[in-house]
Amino acid sequence: MSAIALNRLTLTLGVRTILRDVSLAIPSGEFVGVLGPNGAGKTTLFRAMLGLVKPSAGSLTILGHPAARGTAGIGYMPQTRSVSGVMRLSGTAFLAGALHGERWGLPLLDAAGQADISRVLDLVGAGSLAQRPMRALSGGERQLLLLAQALLGRPRLLLLDEPLLNLDPRHQHGIVALVRRLAGELGITVLFSAHELNPLLGAIDRVLYLGGGQAAIGTVDEVITGPVLSRLYGADIEVVRAGGRIFVMSGGQEVERAHACSGGVHAGEVHA
Amino acid sequence: MPVVAACTPAKCMLEYDFMVNAALAGTIVAVVAGVVGYLLVLRGQTFAGHALSHVGFTGATGALLVGASPLWGMVGVTVIGGVGMGLLGERAEGRDVAIGMVLSLSLGTGLLFLHFFTAYASQATALLFGSVLGVDAETIWTLLGLGAVSLLALVVIARPLLFASLQPELAEARGVNLRLMSVLFLAVVALATALCVQVVGVLLVFTLLVAPAAAAHRLASRLGYGVALSVGLAVTQTWAGLALAYATDWPVSVWITALGGAAYLLACLSVRD
Repeated sequence: MSAIALNRLTLTLGVRTILRDVSLAIPSGEFVGVLGPNGAGKTTLFRAMLGLVKPSAGSLTILGHPAARGTAGIGYMPQTRSVSGVMRLSGTAFLAGALHGERWGLPLLDAAGQADISRVLDLVGAGSLAQRPMRALSGGERQLLLLAQALLGRPRLLLLDEPLLNLDPRHQHGIVALVRRLAGELGITVLFSAHELNPLLGAIDRVLYLGGGQAAIGTVDEVITGPVLSRLYGADIEVVRAGGRIFVMSGGQEVERAHACSGGVHAGEVHA
Repeated sequence: MPVVAACTPAKCMLEYDFMVNAALAGTIVAVVAGVVGYLLVLRGQTFAGHALSHVGFTGATGALLVGASPLWGMVGVTVIGGVGMGLLGERAEGRDVAIGMVLSLSLGTGLLFLHFFTAYASQATALLFGSVLGVDAETIWTLLGLGAVSLLALVVIARPLLFASLQPELAEARGVNLRLMSVLFLAVVALATALCVQVVGVLLVFTLLVAPAAAAHRLASRLGYGVALSVGLAVTQTWAGLALAYATDWPVSVWITALGGAAYLLACLSVRD
């Protein structure tokens, strides 16, 4: 069964078309890297899968059902905005607040909830961090807690939005390896969005590349090629492989790195 | 204050009806302020509480002008203001300039109402700086009722409100209506603000609503402890403020603000960032 199926899907955000008439399927258990320039719609696609953005046309099927808010079985790790009040809470309090938070009443934690929190903290190896206030943790440690939070309730599908943002290469590698291992052990389908392909190389089964309202899915060798990326970027793209790494270049400028560093100034140039 | 030889100072204090009334009113208000304030700090919306109290000033002075109860005038207008802020949602939150403008306009309008009202000075001072020593038995029952409504509303919405505060995107995906949470919470904040005004006045609401809560946030990283500590600090601050006012004959609000500031300062010094 496909975990995710897009059938002639069109997604729009305001006046912008994020995806136009895209069809593709992602089988259960696959680890997919989601890439594309800033503004290509990685977050919007995730939000559509969660039922927060309605398709303008076509259909989006998640775990066998049309995408809808409140669908059970989806774990989501959004990009974080840290509110200072929240950061003074401990990791455990943060996780407890996300557990069955859609129910009315007081946020009291029962034994099953307690056990689920211990389970996810053990899974990501963050048991010792969870008693400390979150503001006392490093960015990498905080990402572990957010990953743990996404694993609450034993999801079958994980949507991870830019978990590597603002992490140094060592922590990036740690997160990717951890997600790879957990996805295998727990049999979870994972969509993992990132600015840069290289930290994901060797870990992902396939890559979903978004750009210019279109999408391409396949192995790294199938998708990360000059012709495919030129079509998505609407510009001449050259793919250079060196030392086990892949560099996506446009007019002598490295495209991905440019996004990561300058917040998409160059992405605009590529789009134009 | 006269000291009667037959009783200890603390006992004497409670032999005056107005001191008993003040202690009762102060306790009710402090409990509500401690709980609501904790969530207000958690959500990073403290300025909203400050602004709502100023909006309430217009309601209170408007009510005086037409001969109605200033407390109910304040409650009505702050709740409308809170619901309005919640409906505007993200567009209003964080817009400090817009909120500041509404705040000034409200005080200005309130001033105009007072200008038309004859008992100008004493009413203005009472509204702006509090008049907890003037609280009567009927007002205590009103405060108790409004406080109970605020806390009951929080008991019902606490779980989704907390979820929406900690992880808005995730909460939305799980089916929590963020806009509804924001509106309901700000309505509760509006009620709490109107209650606080009865003790410390429009200008000093921050000291009861935010100071104990902000200190508690620094000292406790667990939710239950944090809320309990916030309530404990607010109640202590109020009682100690009343006792010190009794001993010194200074206004109660002076001591409550001083103690709130001291509690927050001590919390900052003991838990450095």
